[in-house]
Amino acid sequence: MSGTYLGMPAFPKAARDAVRNGTLRGNLRHATHTIRDKRARAVAELEDWEELRAAGKAIKDRTLRHLDHHLVRLERAVTAAGGTVHWAADADEANRIVTALVKATGESEVVKVKSMATQEIGLNEALEAAGVRAYETDLAELIVQLGDDRPSHILVPAIHRNRGEIRDVFARRMGRWGRAAPEGLTDDPTDLAEAARLHLREKFLRAKVGVSGANFMVAETGTLVVVESEGNGRMCLTLPETLISVVGIEKVVPTWRDLEVFLQLLPRSSTAERMNPYTSMWTGTADGDGPRDFHLVLLDNGRTDTLADEVGRQALRCIRCSACLNVCPVYERAGGHAYGSVYPGPIGAILSPQLRGTGSEVDASLPYASSLCGACYEVCPVAIDIPEVLVHLRERVVQGGEVTRQGVRVTLRPARGHAAERAAMRAARWTLDHPGALRAGQRLASRTRRLHPERLPGPGRAWSDTRALPKVPAESFRDWWQRTRGGAR
Amino acid sequence: MRVALFVTCVNDTLYPRTGRATVRLLERLGVAVDFPATQSCCGQPQFNTGYRHETEPLVRRFDAAFRAYDHVVTPSGSCAAMVRDNYPRVGAKAAAEGRGGELAEAAARAVTKTYELTEFLVDVLGVTDVGAYFPHTVTYHPTCHGLRVLGLRDRPRRLLAHVRGLRLRELDGAEECCGFGGTFAVKNPDVSAAMGADKAHAVEATGAGTVCAVDNSCLMHIGGTLARRGSRVRPVHLAEILAATEEEPYA
Repeated sequence: MSGTYLGMPAFPKAARDAVRNGTLRGNLRHATHTIRDKRARAVAELEDWEELRAAGKAIKDRTLRHLDHHLVRLERAVTAAGGTVHWAADADEANRIVTALVKATGESEVVKVKSMATQEIGLNEALEAAGVRAYETDLAELIVQLGDDRPSHILVPAIHRNRGEIRDVFARRMGRWGRAAPEGLTDDPTDLAEAARLHLREKFLRAKVGVSGANFMVAETGTLVVVESEGNGRMCLTLPETLISVVGIEKVVPTWRDLEVFLQLLPRSSTAERMNPYTSMWTGTADGDGPRDFHLVLLDNGRTDTLADEVGRQALRCIRCSACLNVCPVYERAGGHAYGSVYPGPIGAILSPQLRGTGSEVDASLPYASSLCGACYEVCPVAIDIPEVLVHLRERVVQGGEVTRQGVRVTLRPARGHAAERAAMRAARWTLDHPGALRAGQRLASRTRRLHPERLPGPGRAWSDTRALPKVPAESFRDWWQRTRGGAR
Repeated sequence: MRVALFVTCVNDTLYPRTGRATVRLLERLGVAVDFPATQSCCGQPQFNTGYRHETEPLVRRFDAAFRAYDHVVTPSGSCAAMVRDNYPRVGAKAAAEGRGGELAEAAARAVTKTYELTEFLVDVLGVTDVGAYFPHTVTYHPTCHGLRVLGLRDRPRRLLAHVRGLRLRELDGAEECCGFGGTFAVKNPDVSAAMGADKAHAVEATGAGTVCAVDNSCLMHIGGTLARRGSRVRPVHLAEILAATEEEPYA
């Protein structure tokens, strides 16, 4: 994934700063609670939501099982419709392909539709290095780009910003990227939207190259689908002469009948709308209508390796709705940046360590960035059992085991830095597997209970800094049972 | 009907009152309950932290300890969820690692007979009025594994509704996690504490004098947070409320 995130600190450390930032906590709480309540109402309107969810899961699973077949079928259909298909094994290859395609047009700027895949590969940075400027046109991505910031949410990348902060970013930075914000800009949403509209309009009308991702690719006809709310995406998809779409290979669905299910699941789960305002679909190229050249870059970047894992592969069902972020109590307190990836929240915690591996400090900490409360699984429109995958990845971190990396089966060794914990877990297991030893420990704790401190030193402070310790009772349950019932059995 | 109590290691060691209350309650309802002393921990801390191999002996121990019983009752939503939801995973993974079906069989035996206390009362015994008396204001926190993994739904509330003298206060954001999460509480202490503080605030805002739940580990976190804030709200396990009567009141 993107080099931008290399060297991120582990999740607990990154989250600490966010937890202490009152403005951020307020922004996130307000935004996530508003959207989670709206989603619950939108979903409750449909009597067959559970059936739709089961269908979404089944369609994705079936497609992933025969992914090679559907991708080749898609390639054939796109090619027949006048498009060109490129295959990219990793981020570098995808960036090289896109950069060369842009360079071949002779242009030095592109307009972008909001896209997770291009963020995942760090395309903007790669284009910048090649002398090509990429303009984000999604309103929230624009706020992030102008603010020299990082997205913190899949659907609402500037969720960590409030209106006042956005006004400041627009007023200070728009002029450096193009048309400056009007004098005396207020933080009224209408004024902010108008400033963005004027700023972006200039770019839409000038751009010769558009870059997008896609929410879905329909294999039977070679049709790509982008769903959005603003219409800015449609401008980028229709006005430029050349369109380059970078899409993860798991985004393919076999048929239009399959697509129907997801066009119901996605808007209600993400923006809590019955239908999103703009659904753009295109099949190759058409004379006199839209881009003359269309390139599809199919991106692997760790997806095939993820597919090889029987438990972890369900993460590839994800349709990037972000319902899991909006209900997650950890995301709400820690914010998106702490996840050190373009994929934050619960889905990011299972996706990033699979796509990138568990080698870095932040990736090894992500599977632990959850209380396993299960709210994410409950709202997921394709029923990804996120807690199950989190625990599975925790195992990978502390126990090691077999994984697939670049198509090769390798055996991971347990991650470093868990030696003390591992020893403690072994000792605990031994004690718990020897009830006599457990009883001896309980009695010792009971006898010394008046000496127990209010606060613990060292690692125990992580508990006792904010929480009182439980009082050890004078007698354990098993001793009471033996004393009163004579130790039956 | 041979019924065994799985008290759980946390209750055994730190909250024996909850175990004693469960025994008293079940006996009052005519259930002869046994406590096989070879039982210990369900293995949840190990499993949820990623130490699946350290969990395996505890799965075998659970199966052996409770093999002779028809029903295993536990006053813990998350330990019941560990057995029902995760034991089959431990078994399946061991089989996939080429170590045979012995663990999967042990897991399957455990899954079918293990009940969280309110499930046992409502589904097996078919009672919602257990003759309890608890003259206090109470708020109920539905713990995550009971709520979402076991699907306890309104069972605890139906039991609470029949407790004489009890005045239930609604908890704002009740279904949000309290932030305990086992080792999460110490691996991510800042986020855990922030979640705990919000939960404690919501509990205090109800005006109730007691917060109850079906899991003492969550109550240890919520109660510990409340105590550190100087709150007078006391955490009480649901079993202790249901065990209390006019003759033998909660003390």
